[in-house]
Formats: sequence, C-alpha cells, structure tokens
Amino acid sequence: MAQLMELTDELGSLALFSDLSRAQLEAVAHSFEEVWFSEGERILREGLTGTGFYVILDGEVAIRAGGREAAVLGRGDFFGEVSALLGDAPSADVVALHSMRCLHLAAPALRDFLIAHPAVTYRMLLDQTRRLRNTMRSRG
Amino acid sequence: MAPETSANVTAGRHASRPSAGEDQPFPPGDYPLVVVGSGPGGLQLSYSLRRLGVEHAVISSDPAPGGMFRRWPFFQRLLSWTKPYAPVERGSRAYERYDWNSLLAEEPENRALQAGLMDGTSYFPSRPEMERNLVTFTEHTGIVVRYGCRWESTRREPGPDGDRFVLTTSDGEYRCRVAVFAVGVAEPYTPPTPGLDLVPHYADTRPAETYAGKRIFIVGKQNSGFELATGLLPWARSIVLASPSPAKMSVVTRSLVGIRARYLQPVEDNVLAGGVGILEASIERIERAGEGLTVTVRPSAGGDPVTFEVDEAIAATGFVTPLRDLPALGVATYGSSRLPAQTPFWESATVPGIYFAGTISQGAAGLKKHGMPANSGAVHGARYNARLLAGHLAEKHFGVPHASRRLAEAEVVPFLLDEIRLAPELWHQRAYLARVVSLDATRGVADEGFTPLANFLDAGGPDAIAATIEANSEGAVYPVLYLRRAGRAEERVLPGHPLNDFSTDEHRRGLASVVAEAGIGAAVG
Repeated sequence: MAQLMELTDELGSLALFSDLSRAQLEAVAHSFEEVWFSEGERILREGLTGTGFYVILDGEVAIRAGGREAAVLGRGDFFGEVSALLGDAPSADVVALHSMRCLHLAAPALRDFLIAHPAVTYRMLLDQTRRLRNTMRSRG
Repeated sequence: MAPETSANVTAGRHASRPSAGEDQPFPPGDYPLVVVGSGPGGLQLSYSLRRLGVEHAVISSDPAPGGMFRRWPFFQRLLSWTKPYAPVERGSRAYERYDWNSLLAEEPENRALQAGLMDGTSYFPSRPEMERNLVTFTEHTGIVVRYGCRWESTRREPGPDGDRFVLTTSDGEYRCRVAVFAVGVAEPYTPPTPGLDLVPHYADTRPAETYAGKRIFIVGKQNSGFELATGLLPWARSIVLASPSPAKMSVVTRSLVGIRARYLQPVEDNVLAGGVGILEASIERIERAGEGLTVTVRPSAGGDPVTFEVDEAIAATGFVTPLRDLPALGVATYGSSRLPAQTPFWESATVPGIYFAGTISQGAAGLKKHGMPANSGAVHGARYNARLLAGHLAEKHFGVPHASRRLAEAEVVPFLLDEIRLAPELWHQRAYLARVVSLDATRGVADEGFTPLANFLDAGGPDAIAATIEANSEGAVYPVLYLRRAGRAEERVLPGHPLNDFSTDEHRRGLASVVAEAGIGAAVG
C-alpha cells in the first residue's frame, strides 16, 4: 500500500485516466502494478506469448519491428493492448530507451478492467483512432 | 548459472576467524564481499558462496538466525507448506518441490530439515518450527554470522582496484567491493491517510484475546489483513476490512498473489452474513471518538462517504524494503514495497556492485508471463535465486569459472525430460528460471545449469535451448522450450498434462522435435 497515494496523484495526471474520480484512481493504483525497466531492456518480445498491458509513467520506449524502429512512446502512452486483447504474441519488440517506470496489468485482467472503466476504454479508443488516422495519412 | 559441483567446494575454509580480543566473527575491516542479513536469503547465499570458495563476511542486527521468522507471522503459523510425506523421497532434489521451507544443501544430512522438525499437527510449520529449521541449518552447515551488528549507513570511496562500498555499522566500518543486502521486505509501512497514525500497524497487533468483544476495523485486504481477521474471528464482535480494490484470492489467481486458502474463513463469514464486512473503499480519515474511533471511507464504486464506529482499528498496510540510505547512493526503487530495481541477476539496476537476496529478489520481476509472478518473495523461490546469485558473484567478481558439463547428443532429450519433470527450480520459479543446454559449434553440447529466463532471452550467447515450466491464468501448467539461434530466441510450448506428468511419450516427442530443430540430430529417436 506504500506510495499508493503518490501513485494515485500521478495517475490522475495521465490522459488515459483523467476522467476517473479519486476513489476510482485509488482502485486503479491497487489493480495495476508498478514495474521498472532499465535502459535497453525488452519489455515486450516479438513472438513470445503471455505479455501484458503497459502504461508509461515516465521514460520512453521504442517499438522495433524487423530491426526497424517503428515508433517512440512516452509518458502517458500505453502499449501491449493488441496482444493482450487478441491473445497473440507481440509482432514487435518494445524496448526501454532509458530507465523507466510503467504500470502493468496482466493480459487476462485487461478485458474486465476495460468493461469496468468505460471512460478509460473511451480514451483508449480515441488514442487508437488517432494512431490509425496518422498511419493512414502517412501512407498518403 | 553454474550448477553447483563438489569440485570447488571449500566449505568452512573461509569461515571468518575471530581476531584476538574479539568474541564475534567478522570484525570490522576489509572483505571481498559483505552479506547483510541472517534470514533465509542471507543464510542460503552464505552457504552457497562458501561452497564456491568465495570469502565473505555476514553481518546481522539480529541476535540469532531466522530473520522475519523470529517474529512473524503474527499468529505463529506459516503460509508455506512442507509435506512430510510426498510423492518422492524426502531429501531428494525432487522433494524440494513439496518442501517450501528448507534451505538448500548439498550434504544429504542437511537437506529437507524442516520436515524433521514439525510436530505433525499441520503441514504448515509453526513459526517456532520454521525458526528452528533455520537455526539448525545454520548450525549444521557451519554458517558464520556476526550477530548484533547493525548496518547503519553506506557510502562509496575509491579503493586500490576501483570503488569500494563502506558499510557503517554499530560495530564499525566494513569495506567491500561487493555488498549483498538480504534484509527482507520487513519495515512496517503506514500511508499518510489522516488519522491512520492513531492506530497500530499489523506489526504491533496485541494478543488476540485483548480484542475480545470489540468492533475491529482492519485497513488493508492483503494476506496480513486476512490473517488478522482469521485470528480475531473467535474474539471480535465484528470485523470490517477495507481497501480500494477487490481482494484477490490465490485459488483464483492460481499463484501466491492474493489471500491464501488458510485465510479465506473471513470471506465465507462475509458471504454467509456472519458479521464480517469486506469493503471496496478508500479510507478518508480516522478520528478518535470517546474510547473508540470513527473510520470514514469512500466507496470505490461511488456514492457518499460511510462512517463506521469501532473500538479498535489495525493498519494491515504492508511492509517496505528497509534500504536505509541506499536510495541516496543511487539505488533506484519502485512499486508499493519500494523494492530496488534490479537486473536479472539481482544487481541494483543503477548502482553496480550492490546486490539483493532473499525476498527482496522479487524486485527482479522477470517476464511475469500471463501475469503469473515468480515465487521470489517466498523462501521456496528466493532460495534458488540466492544459490544462482552465489554462482554469478563467484564468476563475475571472484574469478571462479562457470561450470558446465558436456552432454552426449543422445543424452539431451532424456536430460531435459527429467528436468521438466522434476527440477524444483523450474517448478517453483516458473517462467523465471530456465535450465540451459548450449550448442556451441566447437565445444559441443553442454549443460550450463540454470539462469534467469530474462537473461537467456536478452543477453545473447551461443545457440542454446532453455527449458522452463510455465503456467497461465486458466490454471494450465506446461513446459516451454526456448530455442536461441543467432542471439534470437523463439518459443516452443509443449502440452500440459492433467496430473502434471511430463514424462509421457508426447512430451518426449515434443522435446525431441525441438532438439532436432536445434540441430542435434543424433538426439532424435
């Protein structure tokens, strides 16, 4: 339970959780687990099953597919939702660019969490829609 | 990664000799390595270091071995079992799967000590039985500890061969190139909720009978909260437990995460309306009210605050890692227990040369595939981490060569089949520790012992196969093989079995197929 109040404050400042009440944020802080990664450490590994859903608390990750850096994500961004929801192994490595902290939710718990928190689901959908739009624009 | 062999055993050779005028071993001074702590983690590490001939000092603020088991669990019975009668012979390596509490020894007479120290009333040892187990291991294996020596602060200073750590203790200063902290996750923590400082922490709970006839409010719904509730059921008039999120249960998570089965009685009492309340609510404040307290909570699902009038409250709000000034030295910490961030080999991710053993080793979380954690927070996981750490320290810092054992190609399949059937390291540390067989083009095939799976996957190395046991959230348990070629590992999942018997023809064929894929043709039969 230590530091969970500080984590609750931190969560409230992230767009993904910005619609939640204080009590809901506290529940999220209890449900997710804080994890740490060193610079260069792989968080998701291409082709290996059993991954989870991650929200970046601080630091940056690179998404690397086929030896190519596809994107960089930073504070407040999330990743791992595709393999967590579809049950597939990740199609790319996700690598910590610096020492960093994330929130982690195991894949089997993500479905129930999203159903219980529709405001978070809506924020995720918005973000995914923007990513899709940007991908389509970049393809001309 | 080195499997322990008897070839490099020097047990006792480097046991510290008390200097003139000293009643205690390990007087302050210079040592190659200092271990802090005399709980299971420190004891296992010291034992394994001595087997490898690594000179070191062990210091502890306690007066005797045992660590947290000298005091807790509060109600004096462990959550970790030792089965006196198991499907395999007591004292064998495979028996370790059924004995969660004994430390690991190579000498047959020092193995599986816990089972011989239990009175038969439960397969969960009592706290005194566990303490006796650790004291007996220490005495019988000749582990030497300087007791009553309290680590107080830490600094770095230049030494003849690079920086050294200086540990200031109640007895004086210890200098070392490598320091290992095995000090438990044992510092009571109370969050800054208004009024929570008015109530005792779990660690300061009084004898159960002093709560007779009282209305009790327990802040926290993890095992410590439910342990208190279970122990107070015969005494309390009513019990309420509250925390913001629903209580997890180990039988649902299929791991050590959540309330263990032994502490589920308050849950049944709750669902059968017996007088126990279990709430999803955050604690807003606690205030004195006459002889008692009022506790105001805000339900997580929304709605107005609710106030409870109670006679007593207890903060079962957890423990943090007592790292003292290590964060000021640069040791990064994270999470609710303020665990140090660690490499896969339990070295501080931010201060090289500082390592962790015992329950703190859970800070190197590994892959947590399917959300399933390793058991590093318990003795039956941490003891393997400590043994592996000893081999890693010996090789990396003290020039003890890594021991590998040549295997004939035809041996590979039966060897790995035996490991996935029986290896307690794999069964207790699922998807966390792996047995490795290397396939070096010039050296041939060799058993490389165990390594953290994360290290195998990410550190590169020769072509190799790593075997693990894994589990998913549906309760399936199955072997997984990782085939590393040109530095990149691929996963091959073998089937499970209703009785977890991986000695079947199907498993042998699956294993042989992966071994053949690795290019060990002669092994396919």
